[in-house]
This record gives sequence, structure tokens and C-alpha cells, in this order.
Amino acid sequence: MLRYILWRIAAMIPTLLIISALVFIIIELPPGNFLDSQIAEMQAQGETVNLQDLEELRHQYGFDQPPVLRYFNWLGGMLHGDFGYSFEYQLPVSEVVGDRLWLTVLVSFVTILFTWLLAFPIGMYSATHQYSWSDYGLTFLGLLGIAIPNFMLALILMYFANIWFGTSIGHLMDQKFLGEPMSWEKARSILSHLWIPVIIVGTAGTAGMIRRLRANLLDELQKQYVMTARAKGLHPFKTLVKYPLRMALNFFVSDIGSILPSIISGAEITAIVLSLETTGPMLIKALQSQDMYLAGSFLMFLAFLTVIGVLISDIALAFLDPRIRLAGRSTK
Amino acid sequence: MVKGVNLRVLPGKVTALVGESGSGKSVISQSVMGILPSTGRVSGKILFTDPLDGKTTDILQLPQDGEAIRSLRGSRMAKIFQEPMTSLSPLHTVGNQISEVLDIHTEATKDERRAQTEEMLGLVGFSRPSRTYDMYPFELSGGMRQRAMIAMALICRPALLIADEPTTALDVTIQAQILELLRELQHKLNMAMLLITHDLGVVANMADEVVVIYHGEIMEAGPVDAIFRTPQHPYLKGLMAAVPHFDMKPGERLKALREVPVNSDTLWAKKKQIENAPDILLSVRDLTKTYTTRKSGLFGGKGSTTVRAVDGVSFDIRRGECLGLVGESGSGKTTVSKILMRAVTPDGGSVSFDDGHGRIDVLAAEGDALMELRTKIQMVFQDPVSSLSPRMTVQNILSEPLEIHGRGDGAYRLEKVRALMQAIGLDQRYLNRYPHSFSGGQRQRIGIARSLALGPQLLICDEPVSALDVSVQAQILNLLKDLQKQLGLTYLFISHNLAVVDYMADRIAVMCGGRIVEIAPREIILRNPVHPYTRGLLAAVPFPDLDRPLDFETLQASGASDQRAWGAQFSSDGSGEGLAPADLGEGHLVLARRSVDARELRSW
Repeated sequence: MLRYILWRIAAMIPTLLIISALVFIIIELPPGNFLDSQIAEMQAQGETVNLQDLEELRHQYGFDQPPVLRYFNWLGGMLHGDFGYSFEYQLPVSEVVGDRLWLTVLVSFVTILFTWLLAFPIGMYSATHQYSWSDYGLTFLGLLGIAIPNFMLALILMYFANIWFGTSIGHLMDQKFLGEPMSWEKARSILSHLWIPVIIVGTAGTAGMIRRLRANLLDELQKQYVMTARAKGLHPFKTLVKYPLRMALNFFVSDIGSILPSIISGAEITAIVLSLETTGPMLIKALQSQDMYLAGSFLMFLAFLTVIGVLISDIALAFLDPRIRLAGRSTK
Repeated sequence: MVKGVNLRVLPGKVTALVGESGSGKSVISQSVMGILPSTGRVSGKILFTDPLDGKTTDILQLPQDGEAIRSLRGSRMAKIFQEPMTSLSPLHTVGNQISEVLDIHTEATKDERRAQTEEMLGLVGFSRPSRTYDMYPFELSGGMRQRAMIAMALICRPALLIADEPTTALDVTIQAQILELLRELQHKLNMAMLLITHDLGVVANMADEVVVIYHGEIMEAGPVDAIFRTPQHPYLKGLMAAVPHFDMKPGERLKALREVPVNSDTLWAKKKQIENAPDILLSVRDLTKTYTTRKSGLFGGKGSTTVRAVDGVSFDIRRGECLGLVGESGSGKTTVSKILMRAVTPDGGSVSFDDGHGRIDVLAAEGDALMELRTKIQMVFQDPVSSLSPRMTVQNILSEPLEIHGRGDGAYRLEKVRALMQAIGLDQRYLNRYPHSFSGGQRQRIGIARSLALGPQLLICDEPVSALDVSVQAQILNLLKDLQKQLGLTYLFISHNLAVVDYMADRIAVMCGGRIVEIAPREIILRNPVHPYTRGLLAAVPFPDLDRPLDFETLQASGASDQRAWGAQFSSDGSGEGLAPADLGEGHLVLARRSVDARELRSW
């Protein structure tokens, strides 16, 4: 087991190297760089640009170096925690992201909890009461949840919140706490704002998970071993939890791999609509303005989380499913 | 599904419930335990009298999945299912699943549960129960899984055991062991047993009373003697006449319940017999195929095991004969058939095919030669459900081979398809139907028609009747026999069922562990088998005849394929002296050590 984990971690290194090269190529692909687009903007506004200063800036940011060299500088920097410099914000990337990262993690984490808490009971109920009216009703709600885009739901909620309660539901906290250090007041403000994005972002995920859990459970409920368990005299609910649900968990564990990166990228469009102080809107803006180190660090971070997530779900699967763990052990 | 069924199971006795698939056997067994799927409605009375306290309960009066019925299930009545593969959860250890029954029904502590479970595992024949306790079902073979299942059912010493086709999914030698185990435990624990099966041979060996069910209605019931010696109902008589058995006279025909008229006159113009066609149609020499499996899963040491699926197989098929190939699962029968069809590439050996138009090297044929060869060797598959595309009509299915090989135009093909339908006794009105609207037997007939479309010389039948009911089985076997006679076909008939092979084949080859251990004309191999594996296989076949019970004494505990029990003549000693087929005359070959002569083998 330990050997396997070590081997997998070692295999992550070349994977991440290849990804970093790809990320660098992609953010280098559009013609020009941040300075060029900055200059173009300034010239459009009729300002004169000092060529001398420009050259100095170019040199300072290393734009005069060949791309390969810049790639290795970037890579080397990341290894000791220097993610580069954001041109847009005139700050090191780590400081720009800082606070927002934790807020994003908070929103995403609560959303995932919300999804699981809602999806599991409903999925189990739907599967065990297949084709009943309650199953149809829940299925209908679920399909609605999948069909309505998140940002649309956000807009609708915002509109009605304004009309009925006269409040704006945007943002993650009262604006006066922005940039303030953490305090009880701020925490309370965040909590009172949190539920709206959680519901909006979580709806589609919940609905999707209910459908998958229901389908998986229905498959498992047909299996012979469920009949065996019933023939033993096991309580129906205990049977459901011990056998089919346990089997149906495999898909759920495999999902962890994709959950981790989504924690960080966290529903960008919804975040823009609701003006949430999360990392999503920042990533999109960075990509638009060719703020290359900020965007690159984001993409690298997402890739890193994906790779870690896949590793975690593989290890968890091996723990959960003896067929994966023991396949090939001597048979008798 | 089931109409007005009455049956009884006496304490300490075995009642066999016999019927074909879809006759309602399983519905009855499920309603007895109250585990019928909720879509079913049951009315009537199911009275269960517990011999312990003499209390009688009507199971149908108990609330579904309520406390009362749950306390009976697993504790006072238990069930064994057909599929040992799927009836145990793959994610829980064997011990966990067995001791769970004790957890539900007794007050035993964890240690007591483990001790009792291990004792039970020992009782059903595991040599190291404490190790088995912590193993997962997928680490056990099919027969061992069924033993674990039996342990689970019997751990609370129930008064009634329902065994739903307990041995149908197992090889015959394993089946014999499981039957012996069931009988022994049934006597020891003095339980009543409801044995559900379609196999009259199993019934004759196990039952005290027999109930015959057909389309949800009881046809005949009574003590096993009366049922077998003086069957009354025409269905039961028909069923008995439809089972192939070893005492059939040469040329005797099975009586299928529904016979299919074969008419191949229009199929194709009588082939001109090629004058100097060689006697041997297909010749196989030293075929080998090994599979390498990675031994390590995700964890643990690396290493690989090499399985010799086919190990130096040689045989000839003569023109117009039917060669039977018998063996248990994993013996390499199917791999051989796949190699002949060029679906699997062997590691070595040669296969040559000669129908009088010149010799073809089957393994080397490419391009046009391969296409030509495909028209001469065709295959009939085991599973009539998955071997026909559900999205094609019968007409599409039957004309596809003709299209692939560019035979004729649309009108010609249609005519040909009609002739094929006639040959297998299906009405031409069915041409535009899809496979799902046919029964299993009809589907298998369509599969046979498809294989005949190109006018092949050799038909490879891979377990063509294993998935079919007894009554339909006779029909398909007769159909294959008639077609062989009328069209002059040559068959390679693969089956694990010795009686079926005996009915079909002129010569029989017995395979074990990838090698042909014995090959001989039919009469010789059945009357006078020499190889211990063949003998073991023959001894394990249950006869539907009360006067020939299985001799459980002689059955080897480890199964017939255990080489250690074979005797020195038949197993290589590892010193490099290999095994070779020894000729006993009359085409009777036995795999034995080179140094041993024929007389020694016979006297073994």
C-alpha cells in the first residue's frame, strides 16, 4: 500500500511538469503581453509613453528574455512559493489571491456539504420508492435543478430578493468589512450572506448527484446479494446501508477527484453575477487582461488539485473496495 | 405467474420442485420467505410449523418485512441461491456476511460469533476456516462460494432450507460435491429442504417427494418413486423422454416436447460430393496458447502467472462426423474453438482445413483466403440472447453474412433467407420481427440458421444448448442432428454436459487443464474410460434414474481435475519425462507417460 502511494506521488511530478509547460504555452499563445495591452490602452487614451521607461519595465519583468528562460524562472519561483507578480494589481500573486482563496474554500466546502446532506437521503428515498409519486416529484425537481443555469437562478433570486425583501443578496459580506481583519462581526456577516450562493451553486450539483445515486442504487438493488441479505432477516434499512449503498459509493468516491479543483474555481459565472469575493471572477479577469503570472498560477493550482484529487480518490477506492485492493492475491 | 399451487415440505425430508424457466418455481420460493419483489401479489396460505415449538404461522399474514417475518428468515428458514458469484456481496468478507446472521438472530458476542462461524465453515468443507473467514468472496472459486453460501444459510440451524437451483451454475464434479454436502447436512441437522431445480438427475439423487410445475400450475406431485417409475402426466412423461441419457441405443432419438420439422430441400442445391475428398476435414496439431496475468493488484509483490489455456492439443475431425469436446469450465474448450475461428491467435501449432478444394492453413490464411475460409467454418454460440443483435430483424440477421460476402442481389438473398427459415422450422411471417419477440429456443434456431447461411462445411457449436431448458434442448439437438444428416455437415460440438455430447457425437475428446486427456469413439469412452479424469467426470453425472444413484463415496473431494489423485501413469513427475497420447487401439488415445504401455493403463 505504502509503495503504491509513494509510486503515485512520484508519478505526479512528471505529470505536473507537463501541465506547467502546457499552461505556460497557453498563456503565452495570445500575441503580445500585459505591457503591450497596457500600452495600447494608454495610447488609446492619448497618453504618451516613455520608451525608455518601457524598456526598463520590460527588463524588470523579464519580457526581454527568451520564453524558455522565463518558463524556468516561473517554474523555479513556484517551487519556493514565489508565484510571480500580478501586473494588474501591482502586487505579488500570493497576496492578491490570499484572502479570496479562503473565502472560496469556505463557499465551496459548505456547498459540498449542502449537496451531500441533501442528495443522499433524497437519492436513497427515490431509489427505494421507484416510480412512486414522491419519486416522480423529486425527479422533476431534480431535473429542474439541472436544467436551470446557475447564473440564471442567481439573477432570479436577486430580483425577487430585491422586490420582496428590499435587500441586495450580492457579495459574501457587508462591504464595510472588506479588507478588515477577521472579527466576530465579520464572521457573522459572512455567514448571513453565505446561504444564498450555497443554494445557487449547490442546486445543480445536488440534482445531478441525486440522479446518479438513484441510478446506481437501482442497479445495486436488483443484485442477488440484496435478496441474500433480506433472506437473512436483516432489517430493510440496514440492508440498504450495508450492501447496495456501500457498492454505490464507488462512483461517489471517484468524484472526489473532480470536486477538489472545483472548490477553487468555484462557479465563476455565478460569482460574477453575485459579485462574490471569491477567486472565480479574479481568474476570468486575469485571463482577459493577460495578467500572465496570476492566470498561470491559478491554472497550475487547479491542475495540482486535480492530480491530488485523483490520487485521493484512487487511494480511497482501494480502501473501500477489496476487489481493487486484493485482485490477484492468491486464490484458494 | 403462479395459479393455485399446493405443495408440502415434510420435516426432515426433501421436496423437489421441478420445472422449466418461467414456470414459477422461484416465485414460490420467494413468497415462502416473504421476499417477493413488491410488484407481486400473493394470496392463499403458506403455513410454517416450527418443529422446535410446534407453533404454526401463516407467513402471508405477517406484515411485509416486519419484525415477525424477519425473525423467521435466516433463523428458522434459510435460502441458497443459484448464482454463487452474485449472491454474496463482493465488498464484505465471507466471515462478516456469515456471522451477520448470528448478529441478527442471536445474542452471541463477537468472539462467539467468530467461533461459531469458523465451526460452520469447517463443517461445509473449508480446510482452514479461520483463513476463509477473512477472505472476500471473489477470492474463492464457484464451488467454494456455494459452500460459503450454504454455511451462511445453515449457521442458525434452520428448520427449512430452500435451495434454489443450488448447483446449476457449477461444473458436474463440483455439483456432485455440493449435492453430497447438502444431503449430509440435511440428515445431520434433520432439516426439511425445498430443492428447486430443472435437472431430473439431481431430483432422482436428492428428493423424497417431487412436485412438477408447468406454467405456474402443478402438473404432478408425489413420492419420488411414483414420479420416476410411473409418471402419469403427459408433461412429465415428455420431460423425461426429452433428457438425453447414457443408455440410449445408437440411433435412438430424443422426443422433444415440441418437435420442429426440418426442411432443407430448398436451402441449397445438393452439393456435388467431391470424388477424392480427403477423409479428414480439419486437422489440429500441437496447439498452444498461454495467457499471462499480472499477479499483483495495486499492492503487494509484482509477478505474473502464466496460464496454459491450451497446451499441446492435437485432434482430427473427419468429414461428416460430430466430434464432441467435453471438459469443465476453464479446461480450454472455448479457447480451442476461438482459435479455430481465428478469433484468438495461438502461440504455436498448426490447423489445416481440407474440403477437397485444396488444403488451407487456417492459422496463416489472410485476405481473400481468410474470407473464403470464413464461409467454410461457422459458429453457433452459447447464449442465444446476446449473440443476436437486438436492433436487427431476423431478415437482417440472416442476410448479413450473404451481404458481407457479396452473395447475389437483394432478391436472391431474400429467397435464401426464406429457405433458411424453412430449414430451421420458423414461419416466414416472422422475418420482420426482432429477436426479443422469440423464445430462447427459437433464437438459438435463428443463430443456427445464420451460421448456415454461407453453406459451411464445419460448424463449431460452443455449448449450444447450455442456456436452454430441457424440453427445448432436445428440440435443438434433434434439429442439429437432422441438419447434419441432410446437409452433410461436420460438427465440433463443445459442451460440459456429457449426456448431451454422448447423444450428439461420434467421437468424444475430453479436455482437462488445456490438454486432451482422452479421445475415443463414443461407445468406448462411455463404457470403458481409461483416464481417471474421464472416470471422475462420468461418475459425477447425476442420472435421472432411481436405480443409479450417484456414488458419493468415489467422488474425490478435490474434484476430478486434481492431478495428485490421478495415479502415477497419468501425471508427469516433473523430471522431464513428458506426457504423450498412448494408443489403445480403435482410435482410443489416452494422455499418459511415455514409458507406460497400454495394458498397464487399462488395468489401472
